[in-house]
Amino acid sequence: MKAGALPLSPRRLALVLLLLLALLFLCGTLALMAGPAWLPPSEVLRILFGSSVSSGAPLPAADIVLRIRLPRLLLGGIVGASLSVSGVLFQALLRNPLADPFVLGVSGGAALGGIVVLGFGGALGLGYAAVPPAAFLGSIATALLLFAVAGGRGRLSSTSLLLTGVVFNAIASAAIVFVATLSGLSEGTSIFLWLIGSLSAARESATLLVALFLLAGLAFVWPQARRLDLLALGEESAAQLGVDVERVKRILLAATSLMVGAAVSVSGLIGFVGLIIPHLLRLLLGPDHRLLVPASALGGAIFLILCDTAARTVLAGGELPVGAITALAGGPLFLFLLRRQQGRSLLP
Amino acid sequence: MNEIVLGFEAVSLRLGGRSVLAGVDLTLFAGEVLGLLGANGAGKTSLLRIATGVLAPDAGAVRLFGRPLEEFSRAERARRIALVPQRSEVPFPFPAAEIVRMGRAPHLGLLGFESREDVALADRAMEEVGIRELARRSIVELSGGEQQLVAIARGLVQATPILLLDEPTAFLDLRHRVHVLRLVRGLARAGGAVLVVSHDLGLAARFCDRLALLCAGRVLAAGIPAEVLTPSHLAAAFGIKATVFHAPDGTPLVLPEGDARGGESQVRVPDEHRSKNQS
Repeated sequence: MKAGALPLSPRRLALVLLLLLALLFLCGTLALMAGPAWLPPSEVLRILFGSSVSSGAPLPAADIVLRIRLPRLLLGGIVGASLSVSGVLFQALLRNPLADPFVLGVSGGAALGGIVVLGFGGALGLGYAAVPPAAFLGSIATALLLFAVAGGRGRLSSTSLLLTGVVFNAIASAAIVFVATLSGLSEGTSIFLWLIGSLSAARESATLLVALFLLAGLAFVWPQARRLDLLALGEESAAQLGVDVERVKRILLAATSLMVGAAVSVSGLIGFVGLIIPHLLRLLLGPDHRLLVPASALGGAIFLILCDTAARTVLAGGELPVGAITALAGGPLFLFLLRRQQGRSLLP
Repeated sequence: MNEIVLGFEAVSLRLGGRSVLAGVDLTLFAGEVLGLLGANGAGKTSLLRIATGVLAPDAGAVRLFGRPLEEFSRAERARRIALVPQRSEVPFPFPAAEIVRMGRAPHLGLLGFESREDVALADRAMEEVGIRELARRSIVELSGGEQQLVAIARGLVQATPILLLDEPTAFLDLRHRVHVLRLVRGLARAGGAVLVVSHDLGLAARFCDRLALLCAGRVLAAGIPAEVLTPSHLAAAFGIKATVFHAPDGTPLVLPEGDARGGESQVRVPDEHRSKNQS
């Protein structure tokens, strides 16, 4: 499937996406089977697609699948897709394969926005519904700041990009702890889960919201995919080929901020999804964004569903935050990519 | 005379408080190769960026086929002017063929799927430039010269009546330089207009119909190579002393003098070559 000299055809695009969809379905079934009480695949499928619950499966199994595991599976898939697509978009926008909303501190900005509302919103009459918009504001503010600080034009050196991200992350974490302490949120484990990232607090309304943001983001961004390819040639070359670079950048910035804000507001800081999946898919499918954008949505969903299934099952009688698993997988990969890039690039 | 396809009229530009272009008048005709010469920082690249609309001049006008450049949409411009930039780094491992096909973007629809003709055009351009065997190779693994050839093929694929080349031969060996410039001459003979920035005075004199010499943001001289490449112009534009010889067909050959110690070459010429050199 590796991209060769042949151009991307709609047929190849459809084929790859169908394969990934099938893989997503398989992994989803596995996630619904796994847990303290393992269910056979036949039962999971009967519960999902059976004409009515009373026809076969015993009620507790149906409850486990439909009320506990399925909402979490959906949330995991949608959050994973959002983070992964955001990664692709940041990488195209900054022309650097090391860019990722978590690494750059944009997720941190979103988390800070969310926690401010969680901590102080009650006093202002803001409920839980205000968290996603606040997270969105946090992520877009951080992204804009990132451009302002690290320079707007051309390609940033990886060093300045990563240093800016490190500093943003440090500031965001400190501010989150500060706000949480001031508002009394630091008691209990909720702040811990927020900082490391977890899907354990899945709510159906939240899932729907993140899904809407993901679909809106994809609807805006996918049609820009070829322009993202042209952006890889450099902003001036893209402009010279007819791309309204500033407009594309605004669309990307808005879409990523919306998706990251929504994802972070329901699951906290799950890191490195936007780094691992785009990198893996570029290796498998090539860097063509017309394929990479939708494929990373599906790939990110598959990845986070698998990670969350592992998070729920590896410890008997307890669960790990999924963010710990993605960070354990993504951190080393990030270092590997950084080392390889430094070896090749002329940039310091 | 042929149609004027691109015209700069009293174009001035300031960047960062510094005057880069100070009233440039220059015309590019259909069917010609115009060489743009000048010292580093003379404003050559800025002039190309203005022609593609990436930079807006502070004063003056640019006319594309007789109409002000601003009247064209981005896509319309991209179907009329192609620019092959100086070396640029691509951060993702696109196959070289894909980079070339990106030149078709101004002619394509929403998701930009290439038709069979688009793909055939890209293949032909790669063949013309002589990089067919690079098609599957990742752009990030190619050498500077190979990347430059890929960029030139991309410019050709854009299939525009005007082609701007910014030091297209900088990273190329002599064989490829000659090949690229012959290709460019072929385009002009077929009615295209080519503006090529170069530091290679010899090849520019050989392959360009006309030359324009930029100096401190102005056109110091423009015309056929023998009129432009004179010792006094070279002294003014580059600050060098040079002797200009003329080949039998009239093509000027520029030979810079050595340093101020008396014009002796610092390079030691082996004895067996000395007699030939002096003849």
